[in-house]
Amino acid sequence: MTTTTITRVVDARGSYCPGPLMELIRAIREGAVGDVISVYSTDKGSKVDIPKWIEKAGHRLVALEDRDGYDEIVVEKLR
Amino acid sequence: MREILVLGGGVGGTLVANLVGRKLKAEIAAGRARVRVVDETGDHVYQPGFMYIAMGGEPASSLVRPERSLLDARIELVVGRIERIDPAAKVVRLADGQELAWDELVVATGARILPEAIPHFATEAHHFYSAEGAARLRQALDAFTGGRIVVGIAGMPYKCPPAPLEVTFLIEAELRERGLRDGTEIHYCSPIGRAFTIESVSEMATPILAEKGVELHTFFNVEAIDPERKVVQSLEGEELPYDLLILVPPHKGARVVIESGLAPAAGWLPTDPQTLNVRGRDDIWAIGDATDLPLSKAGSTAHFEAPVVAERIAARVLGREPAAKEGVYTGKVMCFFEIGDGKGTLLRFDYDHPPQPPKPNRVWHLGKIVFNKTYWHTVPRGRI
Ligand SMILES: Cc1cc2nc3c(=O)[nH]c(=O)nc-3n(C[C@H](O)[C@H](O)[C@H](O)COP(=O)(O)OP(=O)(O)OC[C@H]3O[C@@H](n4cnc5c(N)ncnc54)[C@H](O)[C@@H]3O)c2cc1C
Repeated sequence: MTTTTITRVVDARGSYCPGPLMELIRAIREGAVGDVISVYSTDKGSKVDIPKWIEKAGHRLVALEDRDGYDEIVVEKLR
Repeated sequence: MREILVLGGGVGGTLVANLVGRKLKAEIAAGRARVRVVDETGDHVYQPGFMYIAMGGEPASSLVRPERSLLDARIELVVGRIERIDPAAKVVRLADGQELAWDELVVATGARILPEAIPHFATEAHHFYSAEGAARLRQALDAFTGGRIVVGIAGMPYKCPPAPLEVTFLIEAELRERGLRDGTEIHYCSPIGRAFTIESVSEMATPILAEKGVELHTFFNVEAIDPERKVVQSLEGEELPYDLLILVPPHKGARVVIESGLAPAAGWLPTDPQTLNVRGRDDIWAIGDATDLPLSKAGSTAHFEAPVVAERIAARVLGREPAAKEGVYTGKVMCFFEIGDGKGTLLRFDYDHPPQPPKPNRVWHLGKIVFNKTYWHTVPRGRI
C-alpha cells in the first residue's frame, strides 16, 4: 500500500448525537477531492456504518484500525 | 478592573453571564470586576418554539423576551452588532464604532442558517428554523390537500438533531386528524444508515415510522433541488420527487468569528472538549452552538456548558484553581424527543455514556411542554 497522508482528523470520540458518521459527512462536505480524513470513534456502530456510507457515497475506505479504546477509520474523498 | 465580556445573549451567553455575576458578586459590588453581554438585537429568542409555530399554533410573539429582563441587575447589556474580535489587542469592535476591551471573553454567538446555500431553497422548500420560516411552513401545511411530502437534511451540523424526525411524526399525526393521510405519502430522508444517529433511538423510531406509514430513505444527504422536475437530490446520487419539501437548512457559525480569524470557513470555533477554551487561548471560551465539539447543537448543551465556563472565569478572576468537578465539562446533554400522538422520550448522555432513552410515554411529551412554558424562569437565570 502506498502511504497516504491524513489531511484532517475528526475526533468524534464521545459523539453519540449527532454521531461520528454525521461528523464525517460534515468533514467530507467541507473538504476537497483527494482529502484523506481520519475519524476516531467510540461508537460501536461506526465500523459498520461508516464503510457502508463510504461505499454508497462513492468514496474510498483507506483503513479501519482498532485503537486503544476506539476505532480509527480513514477515508479518501473521491468526488 | 477585570472585564468579562460575553458575546451573544442567547441561551449560553445569558446563563454564563448570570452565573459569573453570582460568583463574582463581591468583586462586582466593589468595582473590581464587570460583566457585560453584547447582543445584536437585545431580544432573547426561544428557538425550540419555532417547531410549535409550524406544528402547534404557537404565536411567534410568545417566543421573544427582552434580554434585559433575563439578566441579573449586576450584569450590563450592550445592544449592538459585533463586527470584529481582535484577539491580539483583546478588544471587540461593534458596528456603531464602540470598542469593548476584555480580560476574559466568552463567545456564544450561536449558529446561522443558510437556506440560500442550496439553490432554489427559497422558492421550493420550507423549513422551521426561524419564526418566519415556520410560519410559512404552517401556511403551506394549511394549504396542503394531499401529495408527496419529503423531509430531509441539507447540511451538517444542524441545530437539534431530533427535530426533523419530530416534525415528521407531528405532521403525520396532523394529516391523519385532518383526514388527508390516505392521499399523502410521507418520505423521511436520513443522512445516515438508519432513522436516527443513536442506535437505541433508531430502534425505537423505525417501527414507529413503519407503523405510521412513513417511508424511510437512508444515506440521503440533501444536496440540490431541481425545481423543473420537482425532485430533491442527494450527495449520494439519488433523487426523490416532492409536492411539499421540508428541509433542515445548512448551518454555519457566526460570520464575525470567521472574519476575525478565530474559526475556519464553516465558522465553528476550535474548542477544548473539557475546559471549553478556544484552542490556544486561556482567556477565550466558546459555548453552545458556536463550538466545533462533536455534540448536539442544542440549548441543553449550552445549559450544561455554562457552569463550567463560569467556574473557570471566576477562578481566574479570584486567583484560585477551578473546582475539580464544576470546572470540567463532561459532554453532558439532555433533550426531549417528540414521537407524536402525545408521546415523547428523553435523550441523556455525555462523552462516556451513550443515551439509553426510556420507552416513549406521555410523561416526556408533557415534560417538553412544561419545559417550553417555564423556560423563561428557569434556564437563562440558572435556576435549574
Ligand atoms: C426548530 C428548533 C428546535 C430546537 N429544539 C431544541 C430542543 O428541543 N432542545 C434543545 O436543547 N435545543 C433545541 N434547539 C436548539 C437551541 O435553540 C440552540 O442550540 C440554542 O439556542 C443555542 O444557544 P446559543 O447560546 O449557543 O446560541 P443562540 O441562542 O442562538 O444565541 C446566539 C446569540 O448571539 C447573537 N449574535 C450572533 N452574532 C452576533 C453579532 N455579530 N453581534 C451581536 N450579537 C450576535 C444572536 O443575536 C443571539 O442572540 C432548537 C433549535 C431550533 C431552531
